[in-house]
Amino acid sequence: MPKRTDIHKIMVIGSGPIIIGQAAEFDYSGTQACMALREEGYEVVLVNSNPATIMTDTEIADRVYIEPLTTESVSRIIRQEYPDAILPTLGGQTGLNLAMSLSQTGILEEFEIELLGTKLEAINQAEDRELFKELMTKLDEPIPESKTVSTTEEALAFAEEIGYPVIVRPAFTMGGTGGGLCDNKEQLAEIAANGLDLSPVTQCLIEKSIMGYKEVEFEVMRDSADNTMVVCSMENFDPVGIHTGDSIVLAPTQTLSDREYQMLRDVSLRLISALKIEGGCNVQLALDPHSFNYDVIEVNPRVSRSSALASKATGYPIAKMAAKIAVGLTLDEIKNPVTGTTFAEFEPALDYVVAKIPRWPFDKFPRANRKLGTQMKATGEVMSIGRTAEEAIQKAVRSLEIDENDLISPEAQKATDEKLEEKLVHAQDDRLFYIAEAFRRGYTLDEVNELTKINHYFLDLIKHITELEIEICKHPNDKDILRKVKRYGFSDATIAKLWNTSAENVRTFRKEAAVLPTYKMVDTCAAEFESQTPYFYSTYDSENESIRTSKESVLVIGSGPIRIGQGVEFDYATVHSVKAIQKLGYEAIVMNSNPETVSTDFSISDKLYFEPLTLEDVLNVIELEKPTGVIVQFGGQTAINLAADLQANGVKVLGTKVEDVDRAEDRELFDQVINNLGLKQPIGKTATTQEKVIETAEEIGYPVLVRPSYVLGGRAMEIVNNENELNDYLEQNVKAAIDHPILVDAYLEGRECEVDAICDGKDVLLPGIMEHIEHAGVHSGDSMAVYPPQSFSDAIKQQIVDATKKLAVTLKCVGIMNIQFIIHNDDVYVLEVNPRASRTVPFLSKITGIEMAQVATKVILGKSLADLGYESGLYPESKSIHVKAPVFSFSKLEDVDSYLGPEMKSTGEVMGSDHTFEKALLKAFAGAKMELPLSGSVLLTIDSRDKNVVLPLAKKFSQIGYRLFATAGTASFLNDNGLHVKQVNKIGEEGGNRIDILQLIRAGKAQLVINTMGHDQEVTSDGFTIRQTAIEHNVPLITSLNTAEALAKALENRTFATDVMK
Amino acid sequence: MERYLLLEDGTIFKGEGFGAPSTSNGEVVFTTGMTGYQEAVTDQSYSNQILVFTNPLIGNYGVNFDDYESIEPTCKGVICHEVARVSSSWRQQSTFAEFLEQMDIPGITGIDTRELTKKLRSHGTMKGSIVDAKADLDHAFDQLNATVINHDLVQQVSTSKAYPNPGDKRNVVVVDYGLKHSILRELAKRGCNTIVLPYTATAADIFKLHPDGVLLSNGPGDPKSLTHAIEMIREVEKKLPLFGICLGHQLFALANGADTFKMKFGHRGFNHPVKEVATGRICFTSQNHGFAVRADSIDSQKLNVTYRELNDETIEGLRHKDYSAFSVQFHPDAAPGPHDADDLFDDFMHMIDVRKDEKNA
Repeated sequence: MPKRTDIHKIMVIGSGPIIIGQAAEFDYSGTQACMALREEGYEVVLVNSNPATIMTDTEIADRVYIEPLTTESVSRIIRQEYPDAILPTLGGQTGLNLAMSLSQTGILEEFEIELLGTKLEAINQAEDRELFKELMTKLDEPIPESKTVSTTEEALAFAEEIGYPVIVRPAFTMGGTGGGLCDNKEQLAEIAANGLDLSPVTQCLIEKSIMGYKEVEFEVMRDSADNTMVVCSMENFDPVGIHTGDSIVLAPTQTLSDREYQMLRDVSLRLISALKIEGGCNVQLALDPHSFNYDVIEVNPRVSRSSALASKATGYPIAKMAAKIAVGLTLDEIKNPVTGTTFAEFEPALDYVVAKIPRWPFDKFPRANRKLGTQMKATGEVMSIGRTAEEAIQKAVRSLEIDENDLISPEAQKATDEKLEEKLVHAQDDRLFYIAEAFRRGYTLDEVNELTKINHYFLDLIKHITELEIEICKHPNDKDILRKVKRYGFSDATIAKLWNTSAENVRTFRKEAAVLPTYKMVDTCAAEFESQTPYFYSTYDSENESIRTSKESVLVIGSGPIRIGQGVEFDYATVHSVKAIQKLGYEAIVMNSNPETVSTDFSISDKLYFEPLTLEDVLNVIELEKPTGVIVQFGGQTAINLAADLQANGVKVLGTKVEDVDRAEDRELFDQVINNLGLKQPIGKTATTQEKVIETAEEIGYPVLVRPSYVLGGRAMEIVNNENELNDYLEQNVKAAIDHPILVDAYLEGRECEVDAICDGKDVLLPGIMEHIEHAGVHSGDSMAVYPPQSFSDAIKQQIVDATKKLAVTLKCVGIMNIQFIIHNDDVYVLEVNPRASRTVPFLSKITGIEMAQVATKVILGKSLADLGYESGLYPESKSIHVKAPVFSFSKLEDVDSYLGPEMKSTGEVMGSDHTFEKALLKAFAGAKMELPLSGSVLLTIDSRDKNVVLPLAKKFSQIGYRLFATAGTASFLNDNGLHVKQVNKIGEEGGNRIDILQLIRAGKAQLVINTMGHDQEVTSDGFTIRQTAIEHNVPLITSLNTAEALAKALENRTFATDVMK
Repeated sequence: MERYLLLEDGTIFKGEGFGAPSTSNGEVVFTTGMTGYQEAVTDQSYSNQILVFTNPLIGNYGVNFDDYESIEPTCKGVICHEVARVSSSWRQQSTFAEFLEQMDIPGITGIDTRELTKKLRSHGTMKGSIVDAKADLDHAFDQLNATVINHDLVQQVSTSKAYPNPGDKRNVVVVDYGLKHSILRELAKRGCNTIVLPYTATAADIFKLHPDGVLLSNGPGDPKSLTHAIEMIREVEKKLPLFGICLGHQLFALANGADTFKMKFGHRGFNHPVKEVATGRICFTSQNHGFAVRADSIDSQKLNVTYRELNDETIEGLRHKDYSAFSVQFHPDAAPGPHDADDLFDDFMHMIDVRKDEKNA
């Protein structure tokens, strides 16, 4: 069927900020969809609140709105744009939920707007547990015995009936937020109550547990002519019980016989047909490992995280095809973009194995509960491709960029047998390493299967790896062994560890022995047809298919998995760098390991290598491609950390020289630079032993800021006020102290700001200054920020510009750098320099219209700023105001303190733009889900040191029309100052006929919690408990008074004054 | 034990032997199916062929009694990238390697099967030998070059005697040219009282049994070598509902004046989309054929094209204009592969029922 001509303008809804359960994959799918729709000649209106995305680039859609994804805000856009249709299936759960609420307001009917892709009825059928159950019953498809409940009592009664364990699945929550497995009454009561609270419709499904079943996923597509097909099947390494987003996944399915595979394929196709989805859909199934019995777990009637993975795993661009189907094209008339010769109606055949491993944030949150269950906790994921499953798994492990680079984990080796077994039974992020350790200790496949319920076939992959370790150990410098183990994905570094030598020696030996990687193409068809896909992976086989072209090329290193501190912003910069390289006439080659991103869409670059970003893997590609040089400035800390080693291996690192990078990152060298330039910085010292740290702190004077050197997103950074706190800090960060020196800085009070500067060695362009809303002490990634600065005088700005220029030129920056400043007593102090693109690059690029990563790339490749039409200095400020607000995923992570400090905790960000600061603020808060009603109550739980500061703030809230609640101290202080504050009891305090803080929050009586009780960060402390309770009950929480002031300012602006006549 | 795969163009692929230690010659073909290795190996259409799996891991779930497609497979060898150390399935009765050994089929693992597949794709199907590393390679190549690939294979794989597969509904005769069990399973599911006849069955043999319909099975080799079958079909199609699958389809085409040809590397796998000409409906089909019906040879007075492959437009289905007879190049019986087209068996049943009604009327 040809595409529809009755619609012209289509609105695409993005997925908003990155949070756990909804990450960069929707930037990838949204970007693809917008491009596909425009390719077909439709006018595309895009709305997304996340500025850090490629999809919000003005060239991706005809009209881009970076506005909050709320019904109100999107309705406003609809009233201006009059779209004919909305495509809601590419913006994740956010997009679907928004489409549903828009429809409820009646605006879709009013404007005669059609929903493309999935009809409302289908969304409801797939998302509403009862309707889903009805549909399954009608189709005669089995689902686990279950019941939807609206109260905890109902939940308990039903569990009594079907027996424990049961699973709680709250309705309409993202990534299964608030759900969990319950073994008994107590757990169920707790989890069900929480789940009901989080569900926007106060519904939970209580479900019989099918733990231990194989978990299988099918990515299926359907068009309006009811043609259906499977793009990819996937099998979870971990059986049912762990959220699929937290499971290790292999594709295609590995342990299903054809009969089982075809049975589940039939089910998946029946479901997509029954739901009449026009586009892509994800079906999750559970298969009994001992019979043909299966259950349908869930259906996602939209493009999902799994579909992004499936697209990268097969090469088949699901989102692009889904968008084309949504406008009426059918699969048999769309060409398969991979082969260019066959049609989109084609089930890909793989001739490799794909492994996905989630990337969890527990390195940043050492106190978090690491147990895996039905609530997803990973922030990102890595994918790898190999010709053996062992190879795929080992490559994925070293792509994770965690402490372990292989399955030999010192932590696991130290564990007692008892602890090891506990780790096997209760899955955490590190279970894989303990499985390997169990085999090293002689556990049998049956024993490990008994403990983990993981399939024997999968377990044997790990066992095989451990057996190969022994073989490697036994045969040092044996070429045959080397050749053999390379096929199973052993890195040079791991082999070096086992041979007691250096990775460099192994590399040299390996090259002498001619054991070299070959690169194979991902072509959707297992080589049956010729294709031209520039998409490769390494393996140790006989034929290499990746042929170097005669064109000069430049290699860009991506940023790996999404994690806290290194998010989608760096993918944005990577993609822009690629574009600039191409514009200058080079071939752009990308290496990356993250399946969720735009940069790993093979149509973005001239050549894509889906590879781990380790020295060995990068050098291998370089040796094959012999690029003119490598660009490391855009892939975050991942890429920049490779720079020195690459240079040591004779690779040309383009842009700022490695020695100069070092001068910015090495403390002592940097101090020299600052001193020579006559700039100011907080006094800072380096110490390598615990004693020395304490001594230094005393010398500088408390409070001091302590952190390990070479940090990523402020890992393990803390402000300490006295020696006790310092001792605590050192205890928790022993590892950091051993690996790297500890930095001790004076902690200055003041406003922070940051700049990104592009320098060609001579001229320095500052696209803009971003002023942080929160004062020093909150990590720049977690603070709200505003452009242009609202409280800096021209003189301060001039100081900032001058300092930036001096630093850029002196550090011989060629390309881009980021500098953080603090303004203390009208003086500008330099906090740190990052000799690479920072997370503010997309934000500032969008605001100023300067495509910063592109300009920087062109400079790196030899252009001058003058060539490119830019003058040195601060770029003229725009009239409109833009506010960045961080977004957190605390509700997904147990035992993580939400108190903001120098350690970064946010997972994403939104932007609010308007003509006044207050309106921009209000939009940023709305985008970050901090929407407050016109009136309500604020609970103030304030650290005693903040009492004096809180008075004006409390007054403001009171004037806006908010009631105030506080505990005795704060309440009497504020009441004494003429405010009406209702006193509540402290936690556990009784008497006075008052409820306590937690009861107040639980009863939904506070619409906002302001909590600055920061220095009691123990999990058991009151401050922590209050914050946790607010998050559990979805009550907006603010932990910095600066943020609260900004919020009050924003709210004030939308409130009428109530002045008495005089 | 190190073993080699030799190709007629002189290429040598080195790998590790598994399965039977025997040597063999055959036509080297590849299949892109990602599951169903047991069904593939036991499919008699692979008779005399050395089967290359493009899926890199084979043997993961072992071998079981249910999934045989014939009892004595005659495929000449298995080439794969990696054979599983441990296989795991609740239905597993032996490992894939043990099974190959029992069936006297040699296998080689550790081969760059993608490189091999690309070679076959560009060169076309080739002759090949599986030999020991210690063998005299010059001699082995001489032997390989001297080997004439026999395309007259049906006699080796067809049953020599008629046998029944009882049921209580329709009476169906299946002519066995290398019959896959899945065809019998589909008939049994529909309650057919089936009698399987050897490939030599004449029209008279069939009429004697008074069946309600006749099914021509799949099988290996060149359809043109089965001249007597072609004659049989010309007689039978006039009188009885007829359904041809794979080789049966090619024979049906030949019987009605069309021509067949040997394809460059054939269709083997189960992601081939075919389009039903009348409705535009697309099915993913299980395919295993090295020969096909020549499109320009079809007499449009006699035959309608009912299915075509979406990408290369291969003739995938035919229907007779005057008689109740039709055929498909693919396997609606699947096993291995998708079930998208299994309703063709229902069509066949319907055809039989209509004819019965007409007779009774």
